[in-house]
Amino acid sequence: MGSRASSLLREEDIEEIKKETGFSHSQITRLYSRFHSLDKGENGALSREDFQRIPELAINPLGDRIINAFFPEGEDQANFRGFMRTLAHFRPVEDNEKNKDLTSGEPLNSRTNKLLFAFRLYDLDRDDKISRDELLQVLRMMVGVNISDEQLGSIADRTIQEADTNGDMCISFSEFIKVLEKVDVEQKMSIRFLH
Amino acid sequence: MEGAWEIAFVLFQVWLSIVVGLIVLPAMFGVSLGFTDIYIKVLVKTLEVKAFLLCLVSFQIHNVLSGIIEKDDDFTMCDAFYFCKKGIENIVEDQVTQRFTSEELASWNLLTRTNNNFRYISVRLTIIWGLGVFIRYCILLPLRITLAVIGLSWLVIGTTLVGLLPSSNAKNWLSDLVHITCYRICARGLSATIRYHNKENRPKKGGICVANHTSPIDIVILANDGCYAMVGQVHGGLMGVIQRSMVRSCPHVWFERSEMKDRHAVAKRLKDHIADKTKLPILIFPEGTCINNTSVMMFKKGSFEIGGTIYPVAIKYDPQFGDAFWNSAKNNMVSYLLRMMTSWAIVCNMWYLPPMTRQDGEDAVQFANRVKSAIAHQGGLVDLSWDGGLKREKVKESFKEEQQKMYSSMIVGLDCHEASEGPV
Repeated sequence: MGSRASSLLREEDIEEIKKETGFSHSQITRLYSRFHSLDKGENGALSREDFQRIPELAINPLGDRIINAFFPEGEDQANFRGFMRTLAHFRPVEDNEKNKDLTSGEPLNSRTNKLLFAFRLYDLDRDDKISRDELLQVLRMMVGVNISDEQLGSIADRTIQEADTNGDMCISFSEFIKVLEKVDVEQKMSIRFLH
Repeated sequence: MEGAWEIAFVLFQVWLSIVVGLIVLPAMFGVSLGFTDIYIKVLVKTLEVKAFLLCLVSFQIHNVLSGIIEKDDDFTMCDAFYFCKKGIENIVEDQVTQRFTSEELASWNLLTRTNNNFRYISVRLTIIWGLGVFIRYCILLPLRITLAVIGLSWLVIGTTLVGLLPSSNAKNWLSDLVHITCYRICARGLSATIRYHNKENRPKKGGICVANHTSPIDIVILANDGCYAMVGQVHGGLMGVIQRSMVRSCPHVWFERSEMKDRHAVAKRLKDHIADKTKLPILIFPEGTCINNTSVMMFKKGSFEIGGTIYPVAIKYDPQFGDAFWNSAKNNMVSYLLRMMTSWAIVCNMWYLPPMTRQDGEDAVQFANRVKSAIAHQGGLVDLSWDGGLKREKVKESFKEEQQKMYSSMIVGLDCHEASEGPV
C-alpha cells in the first residue's frame, strides 16, 4: 500500500520539466512525491484547499496570495507542470547556469522573473500597475487589525511617492524594479531545494 | 478425506504445543529463550543497520518572523518577500504534515511498503526480498497470529476468572499477573524487543503516566513492564469485550462517548481514580492522536490540570525493523495489525523519566510543555508546539493574527501605543 508516486511520472515528462525549470532529476522526483502527498483527492492536481491544509502556510499573512500564484487565470486546479513552473522561480541563481542555453528567453529564476513574481503578489488585477488600493490590500493582509486605516494609508502614500517616477500614483513594473535595485532579490526570493 | 483432516489436526496440535511450550510459557514468566535475540542479530547483519546518532533538535516554529534580522522600522515593498519565501518553503516542506505519514528511511529495509525512493533493485536484492516475503508471510505471520489469539483469549478468560474473586490483595496480585502475562504474549506476537531505561523511575500507584503516542502498540510496550489503568472510550465489538472483561479484575477508566465531551466529568473521574492510592497509575497519551515518532506534538492540558504526580515516558521505535506508526487515514485497525505482524520486528527504546509535578506559578499549559520537552529531549524527537489535531482540523485563525501583530509592531516601531489601539 506504499505510495509509489515516482512511478506515475514518466521519464519524458521529467525531461521536459528539467528543460523548462532547470531542476535536477532527483529534485523533480522528490517534489513529485511532495505534490502527490499534498494531493488528498488523488486526482493529479492540487486545489486551493490542498494548499490550505499546510498549517504553516495557512497562518502566513500572505498565504492566500502565494497560493494564488500557483493557479493560472481563472483556474481552480494546479497540475504538476504548473506546480513546478511556479516553484522554479525560487531556485537559487547559480553561477554556472545549466540552462543558459534556454532558447525560450530568460530562465524562470532570473532576477527579473523573481521580481515579477513578487510584483504579481501585489498586482491582483494584472494590469501591470500596483494601485494605491492594491498596495493597501497587501498591507492590510500583513498587519491584520493592528494598524489604523489612516496610518496604513499614510504608509501606502509614502511608499508610492518614493517609487512613482511618472506621477501616475501607481507603481509600474519598471518603477518596482528601480526601487528595489539595491535589494538582494536573489537571496530573498530563493529557497534551498534538496538534491 | 478423513485421513487428511486427522493429519491436519495432529499437525495443528503439534504446532500449538510448540508455540505454547517455547513461546507462550516462557513469555508469561518473563523468561527469554533467546530466539528473539538471535533473530534480531541476524536481521541486523542482513540489513546492515548502522547505529544512527539521534540529533536533538528543538524547533520553535510558531514564530515565522524570527528570521527578520535586518528589519528596519518602516515598511518597504520587499517585506512581502519574506512572507513569500517562507510560504514557498512550507509548500516544499513543512514541519507538520510530515508528522502524519511514516518516516522515510535512509536505506531500504526489504519491505515493499517502505520502497518509495529507492529505484534500482538488483537481482540479488530481489532474491533476498523474495526470501524475506516468504519468511514474513508464511512463517512469521501464522506464528504471530496464533500468539495474538492466545494472548487476547487469555486476557479475556483470565480477567473474567479473577473478577469472580472477592476484593483482596490476592485478587490484585492475580489481576496484575494476568495482565502482564497477556501483554508479554502479545509482545512476542509482534517480535517486540524492548529496551527499558531508568527502571527506577517507574510509575507508582496514584500517579499519571504520560507518553508520546505512535500507535496502539504503545500500550503493549508499556504494559510489558508494569500495570496501568487504561483510559479510553468505550468501544463495541471485540474491543468492547476486552474492555468489559479487563475492568472486572481491576479498575480502568472507560468513558462513554457522551461523557468525553464534558471536560469536568472527565477530570473528576480521573481525579477520583488517582486519589485512591490502591489503584494502578493511569496511562494517558496527551497528544490525543498518533504521531509518526519523529516528533512530539502539543500535549493537551487536560491531563496536567488534575494534579498528582506525572511520570513521563519516552518511547522511540527503530524504524529499520518495522514502522510502528498507525496512519489511521490510510489503514484501519485490522490492516494495521496485519502490517505489524508482517514486519520484521518491533524494536524500541523506552525511557522512564523522573517524576514531575506542577510547580508554583506554572499553569497547566506551561507544565504540559515542560513535560513534553523532557520527553522529546530524551527520545531524540523534535519538540513541536503544533497540535496533533491538525491531522484532521484546520489551524486556528488566532495564529495568523499573532503573525500580523508581530509584523505590525515591527513596522510601526517604538510607537506601540498607537499600534495596539488602532481601530479598523
